[in-house]
Amino acid sequence: MHSLFEKSRRFLDLPLDLGPRGLLVLAVLLLVPSYLFPLWTLTMFAPQYGDGLRMQIYSWRLDGGNGGQDIKEINVLNHYIGMRDLTTADFTEFKWIPFVVGILALLMLRTAVLGKMTHLVDNVVLYLYFGAFSLWSFAFKLWSYGHHLAPTAAVKVDPFMPPMWGYKKLANFEVYSYPGVGSYALGLVAVVLVLAMALAWREGKRSLARAPGA
Amino acid sequence: MRQMSGKWKATAAAAAIFTAALMVWQCAPSAPKGAKKGPANASDQSVAAMKTYVAPGDLDDFYMFASGGHSGQIYVYGLPSMRHLSTIPVYTPYPATGYGFDDESKAMLGGLTWGDVHHPALSETNGDYDGRWLFVNEMNGRVARVDLRDFKTRQIFGPMPNISGNHGSAFVTPNTEYSMMASRFSIPIPKGKSVPIDKYATEYKGVIAAVKIDPKTGAMSQGFQILTPPFDWDLGDAGKKISDGWMFWTCYNSERATGKLEVTSAQKDRDYIAAVDWRAAEKAIAEGKGDLIGGVKVLDPKKVPGIFYLLPCGKSPHGVDVSPDGKYVIGSGKLQGVTTVFNFEKIQTAIRNKDFTGDEDGIPVLKYESIKDAEVAVGLGPLHTQFGGDGYAYTSLFVDSAIAKWKLGTWEVVDKIPMSYSIGHLAAAEGDTCTPKGKYLVGLNKLSHGRHLSVGPSQPESMQLVDISEEKMKLLYDAFTEPEPHYAQIVAAKTIHPIEVYPKEENKNPLAIWDVKDAGVTRQGTNVLAKVVLVRSTITPTAIEVNQGDTVKIVMTNIEQTTDELHGFGLLDYNINIVVDPGETKTVTFKADKPGVFPYYCTNFCSALHQEMQGYLIVKGKS
Repeated sequence: MHSLFEKSRRFLDLPLDLGPRGLLVLAVLLLVPSYLFPLWTLTMFAPQYGDGLRMQIYSWRLDGGNGGQDIKEINVLNHYIGMRDLTTADFTEFKWIPFVVGILALLMLRTAVLGKMTHLVDNVVLYLYFGAFSLWSFAFKLWSYGHHLAPTAAVKVDPFMPPMWGYKKLANFEVYSYPGVGSYALGLVAVVLVLAMALAWREGKRSLARAPGA
Repeated sequence: MRQMSGKWKATAAAAAIFTAALMVWQCAPSAPKGAKKGPANASDQSVAAMKTYVAPGDLDDFYMFASGGHSGQIYVYGLPSMRHLSTIPVYTPYPATGYGFDDESKAMLGGLTWGDVHHPALSETNGDYDGRWLFVNEMNGRVARVDLRDFKTRQIFGPMPNISGNHGSAFVTPNTEYSMMASRFSIPIPKGKSVPIDKYATEYKGVIAAVKIDPKTGAMSQGFQILTPPFDWDLGDAGKKISDGWMFWTCYNSERATGKLEVTSAQKDRDYIAAVDWRAAEKAIAEGKGDLIGGVKVLDPKKVPGIFYLLPCGKSPHGVDVSPDGKYVIGSGKLQGVTTVFNFEKIQTAIRNKDFTGDEDGIPVLKYESIKDAEVAVGLGPLHTQFGGDGYAYTSLFVDSAIAKWKLGTWEVVDKIPMSYSIGHLAAAEGDTCTPKGKYLVGLNKLSHGRHLSVGPSQPESMQLVDISEEKMKLLYDAFTEPEPHYAQIVAAKTIHPIEVYPKEENKNPLAIWDVKDAGVTRQGTNVLAKVVLVRSTITPTAIEVNQGDTVKIVMTNIEQTTDELHGFGLLDYNINIVVDPGETKTVTFKADKPGVFPYYCTNFCSALHQEMQGYLIVKGKS
């Protein structure tokens, strides 16, 4: 038990060399696409909509295909089943996600400058928590839209969970839901952070092995 | 050291796999699953082409009379070529045939220049088309009769008192005893009475009306009306064979709601189909029952029981269609995924046994479970059903944008075919008669986008010809039409026998003249009568002189007896445009209020010297 604490203390005391610090800067750069590209994309096809209706969820707004018209069309269709309108204002996520991503970027840059494993561990834990919470938040949002249907709706449908990943048939629509470029970049950030940690660990072990008295 | 390196490798490998998994680029396809890539199977195309190809000079097998919606017209097509053959103007002036410009057709239009044509109904004998007349309703409470001997509108009956929004029309009974009407928009009656909207549920009334048809001439006259709760009556069909004597209508808004109806009228899980014993109603009227409202005898089902029943039917039904044998009444709740089949015999039993679950303003509501034979899971948004000759039914599905084919009796859905896009009604060859012909079916679609050369924002509607002669339905042809085909009638070509000239001996117009010697202008005070002869290639007289302020009546007779020798009479600056068919006489009366010289000429090309067929109206100024 004592040796485990000792091991973890030694691990947390590890300094970060150029490699891990470079990876942290890369991670920060990989956060940038989450502001520029969609995090998630929903595509819906029906016989009447052969060209598809498209919705892109950015970290800070909703956008629709066809110059935004597709969102309006999706809302028109959803109102028949009593689903509330999809609007940018309805997503609190659009307020906190960009803010939190900025905070995380600053914390990562801080780690890159200070070069401590403890900070990197903080970064990884916070980042994974952010990722998991965001995914849960998104899933819950989808669930809420599909489950809080107005009881006065003209067309009664059973509450449903829209697809989060992949294909689902909903009434006359084929619905496809996949992450967008922004989310793939955010996924890479996690990979890069873990790589930075692994690299720092490897280097630390090497230097410990080299150190006299080891 | 070696061990550490192994751990590092394991970590690196895990990271690489994770990255790879993330990077397997997942995104939506660019087209729906069913979308065909590239040209359809070549042999299918050639089969479809051969089935629809009517060689130059050859004739089609069927006529299709399609409603022109708010164009106020009827469009005539030939099937299977889907060629547009002619337009029959009914409720709208139509310069191409001079309709609405001459005195007679102008009077028939009654000052209205539009009508929202919905459901054409061919006259029937024993439940089959007899090829005599076409009745067609429009929303301003009117029904018109087109004579199929000359494809001309011969009578416009109405606006009908008490009826507002005549949508559930012009369905005829199996021996064309009546053409039926039903109000879509309930109002306080008689018309002219104003009641606040918050009294809608009790003070507003729905009305159904039976328009009597003379069996010999087709002339329409006032029949009777029945008062109903303020439901929005939608579509109807007459019973046939065992259900002859009954009439069925669907309704929405049995909630009696007002305001935002798309929500307020869609709250109950079931609305109603009205089952009306029109023979019993006819008898009650003959016995002197009913009250005079708005000048028409109106029966109140509360006071005259036994003529009106309500069948609960899945939410906001649109079509109600009686099977060829008259046994089944099929109601399609458009906000559901099933179409409901009611059994006529069970309806009769329930009525006899008073198997009711309640009433609406004294009208008994039959118990759903006792009268229903099946709920057929046809697909989303069922609207309207037609029949083939082989025991199959075809139901249009608006939301699914498809047609479902299903078997009567086993209620099994055997095939589905997509429609492009959002099909409303459908029409099968004689598909609402006692003996449907099968063979063809036409989907009358609401959206056409992307399937034709673009013509700007005002898009045509789409009509698709489907082959129903085999087990699987096959799409044969896309055709496009002006707005808006709500329903159509398809009848075997051999049933219709039009004339091509009006025989001289049948022309009973006292002002008709048949010799250029008789042509001329006579005057009585300020009334001027010009008798005109139209024949290749002169309009006689070639000059008509009148005084400013005169009332001028021009009577034109086309004395030709040759097919296709139509002559026109276009009078410039006076908005007069008459077209006279061979053997026909037409009259136009107008006030010559503008002085000057006004050319008139033949508008309908007739001969090598057509250009020379011209003359002058000379209006001498007052001063």
